Amino acid sequence: MTRTHVETRLNGVERDFLCEPRQSLLEVLRDELGLTGTKEGCNNGNCGACSVILDGRIVNSCCVLAVEIEGQDLQTIEGVAHGDQLHPLQSAFLDEAALQCGICTPGFIMASKALLDREPDADEARIRHWLAGNLCRCTGYDKIVRAVRRAETAMEEMNA
Amino acid sequence: MEAFDYVAPRTLDEVYGHLNNGKRTLFMAGGTDVIVQLREGRRECDLLIDLKRIEQLTSYAFDSEGTLVIGAAAPLARIYEDVDVRRRLPGLVDAASLIGGIQIQSRASLGGNLCNASPAADSSPALIALGATLVIASVSGRREIPVEEFFLGPGRNALEPGELLVEVRIPAQPPRSGTRYLRFIPRNEMDIAVASAGVRVQLAPDSDTLESVRIALGAVGPTVKVVDVTSLAGRTADSATIEEAGRLAAEVATPIDDMRGSIIQRRKLARVLTIRAMEGAIERAKEIR
Ligand SMILES: Cc1cc2nc3c(=O)[nH]c(=O)nc-3n(C[C@H](O)[C@H](O)[C@H](O)COP(=O)(O)OP(=O)(O)OC[C@H]3O[C@@H](n4cnc5c(N)ncnc54)[C@H](O)[C@@H]3O)c2cc1C
Ligand code: FES
Ligand code: FES
Repeated sequence: MTRTHVETRLNGVERDFLCEPRQSLLEVLRDELGLTGTKEGCNNGNCGACSVILDGRIVNSCCVLAVEIEGQDLQTIEGVAHGDQLHPLQSAFLDEAALQCGICTPGFIMASKALLDREPDADEARIRHWLAGNLCRCTGYDKIVRAVRRAETAMEEMNA
Repeated sequence: MEAFDYVAPRTLDEVYGHLNNGKRTLFMAGGTDVIVQLREGRRECDLLIDLKRIEQLTSYAFDSEGTLVIGAAAPLARIYEDVDVRRRLPGLVDAASLIGGIQIQSRASLGGNLCNASPAADSSPALIALGATLVIASVSGRREIPVEEFFLGPGRNALEPGELLVEVRIPAQPPRSGTRYLRFIPRNEMDIAVASAGVRVQLAPDSDTLESVRIALGAVGPTVKVVDVTSLAGRTADSATIEEAGRLAAEVATPIDDMRGSIIQRRKLARVLTIRAMEGAIERAKEIR
């Protein structure tokens, strides 16, 4: 099978790769680019574990083909921290113990980031509704929602 | 997943160049149905044609007559976030913002939802209530049909080989009208409708009498069902009339038993959802926009 050359901006850096058209973005991230932070839960669009931000929009990378992202801007969980400096969402997830097994966590952080990037003061109902496409088998969601609210406060203080 | 070739043409003419050459082709808009179907072996193709690089298919705008013209591959989130769309067509927003979660809505399109032709698709009852039409194009020209004529059976639509859906057109809504779409699912979000109802009412200038009503039901038959409610025109918009609309809806429903719901439950839902959607539509018709 011929492989297609794809150029993209990945976590702020120009990046190119080869892939087969049938390969999902999730598969290419994990198996070709070695970026295993993005998780595979269901592989059919239901769980959100594979969430990444594509041209500013949160998408399931299992429901996008890698060839589709030619020329687009992609953010994955690997680009969220600045070196050793965790993103406020990451710190808040740790502080609130908003994870157990952690499989869902990168997806929740990317989805929450996509929300807070647009709506830094989203209320609890909005957060819960926005995160409906992210499933967690372990936490029961309350701690996750609390973590997102905590991150909101932290980000507000940082920007004050 | 079986291997296939991929193209992302920039124009419709380029698309036509890829058709009718003996290859099994499939179109892709947001891919939220087709990628999963290909992966699970429910669909096969030699060539996947991505429609998202065609500007005309991913944009939307109100034209000079007030018709909202939506490119078949435009993502749902972009449409329902638009302030003009929210103000002028809340019935469309009801349906578009229910399809999947935000990750799905960032990609999924109305065109894909319609072409996939699931009897439970959320966009079709709402679009029928709104009186929407579809523009279908091929190398030999364009044709336009009402949404209700697009569905032939579960997974089967009215596209001929060589044709694709290019536009969804929602006409300017009549004065004193309102549309509401409701579905029932066992969870709060992220599920496929057990039953659904889209209702548009237009009130007479006295605001008490119904001038016209349109009702379409999802997931209670092999295709979306249009309810004949001509008998309701001219009647008072009161609870007796709304109850009658619910009765007519339950009569038209021909649901099946499956893992999502039973025949009895779905028929009851057709009635209750119609009643509630009609109440919501009347409320919207009375709002000044
Ligand atoms: C987790 C999840 C949740 C979902 N929830 C819902 C829900 O709540 N309600 C609901 O109704 N659906 C739901 N769906 C189904 C799906 O997301 C929708 O049907 C969506 O609108 C499909 O749009 P798309 O652009 O992604 O279609 P695609 O997958 O790109 O295409 C769907 C089909 O239409 C064909 N097609 C696409 N565009 C054209 C065109 N312009 N001309 C001709 N053929 C075309 C494709 O070949 C394919 O057969 C869900 C799916 C997932 C994975
Ligand atoms: S792995 Fe992509 S949504 Fe579950
Ligand atoms: S922490 Fe285990 S799935 Fe969420």
